[in-house]
Amino acid sequence: MSDTRDVVIIGSGPAGLTSAIYSARANLRPLVIEGELSSTGDQPGGQLMLTTEVENFPGFVDGIQGPELMANFRAQAARFGAEFITEKVTRVDFSERPFLVEVGDVQYRARAVIVSTGAKAKLIGLENEMRLIGHGVSTCATCDGFFFKGETIAVVGGGDSALEEATFLTKFAKKVYVIHRRDQLRASKIMQERAFKNDKVEFVWDSVPVELLGDTMLEGIRVRNVKTDEETVLEIAGLFVAIGHVPNTSLFVDQLDMDDNGYLVTTTGTRTNVEGVFAAGDVADHVYRQAITAAGTGCMAAIDSERWLESQPHESEIAGTPTEW
Amino acid sequence: MAEGVDVLTDSTFDEEVAGADVTMVVDFWAEWCGPCRMVAPVLEQIATENAGKVRIWKLNVDDNPLSARKYQVMSIPTLLVFKDGVAKKRIVGAKAKAALMADLSEFL
Repeated sequence: MSDTRDVVIIGSGPAGLTSAIYSARANLRPLVIEGELSSTGDQPGGQLMLTTEVENFPGFVDGIQGPELMANFRAQAARFGAEFITEKVTRVDFSERPFLVEVGDVQYRARAVIVSTGAKAKLIGLENEMRLIGHGVSTCATCDGFFFKGETIAVVGGGDSALEEATFLTKFAKKVYVIHRRDQLRASKIMQERAFKNDKVEFVWDSVPVELLGDTMLEGIRVRNVKTDEETVLEIAGLFVAIGHVPNTSLFVDQLDMDDNGYLVTTTGTRTNVEGVFAAGDVADHVYRQAITAAGTGCMAAIDSERWLESQPHESEIAGTPTEW
Repeated sequence: MAEGVDVLTDSTFDEEVAGADVTMVVDFWAEWCGPCRMVAPVLEQIATENAGKVRIWKLNVDDNPLSARKYQVMSIPTLLVFKDGVAKKRIVGAKAKAALMADLSEFL
């Protein structure tokens, strides 16, 4: 059997990396399985890797770039001895102890696991959406805004991320529609004010996207007003979707308790229903979803897991006991 | 054959890519694109490990807007795969090495 780690951390956003800093400083030799490259929100470093300026992370008076902030988190964890694997966990088994965490053919064993796999941006679910990614439909405003200089584009959504993207995209686009299904916004007051006073932003209220138009390139979007049922076509060259998030929890189905939306359920701090498995960050939080709250719960999970490990009999004492608990 | 990833520009694009007998991969990227920076070391690795079979170029879209426009690149990172000077495949978004190798396998 492979050697058993005290702590394996799955995921490497603010929650996972803060857990890693605390666990490493507690001499628990954490192994961080940080995920693999993608452009959709579940890449190493988490959602902040797809952002630009982060203005609300305490301690950075003038703001900091999201990718730079995450590089700092990672370097800090590495400094105290955290180890990293840049791959994606393919299977876990929390019914046996030590816990099993698989990355392809490689098996890792852990006495405690911290799940911090985060959440990723939802797509609308329209027919052409996947096909038009890279041809007008984008999952990353900071990556792709540049290509819409002087164009008319649209953002779907009404929360902070939607307005942040819309405001950012006005640096390039001549006009940005914000398509929102209700007649008021969920976004914070400061983001609303910024968007309202931006001449390039036009709100399309009470409306939902029903069809993406365009064969090889996005040419427009058909929206339906949910109050009048009237349909309108907006000519746009780019579409950015910011309608919320789905937690990255498919790995844990039938093993960890989840709510109806797939978020992990925690009790007394960061404990999941499996003793020894802890959850931190957006994977267990559909309410706050901030870098600082993720970091905070990451710290909690590291402390919870450390205390839990201390309360457990040492391996020499459990040798010979059956593996069914 | 050069190892690693070389820099391509609007003015060298046709000359370098069109006249090639090996598979050419052009990585459209920019400084401000987080996923582009993440995928760069993976492309270096692939270029070195497959030297002689594939040549990988990086093209900065800030400095070279003409090529990005010509090939309708609207999202980065985008990898365009050229064989005999013709664009055969488009790979959009950062991906892990195994996934990129699978995408490129038909050309190697």
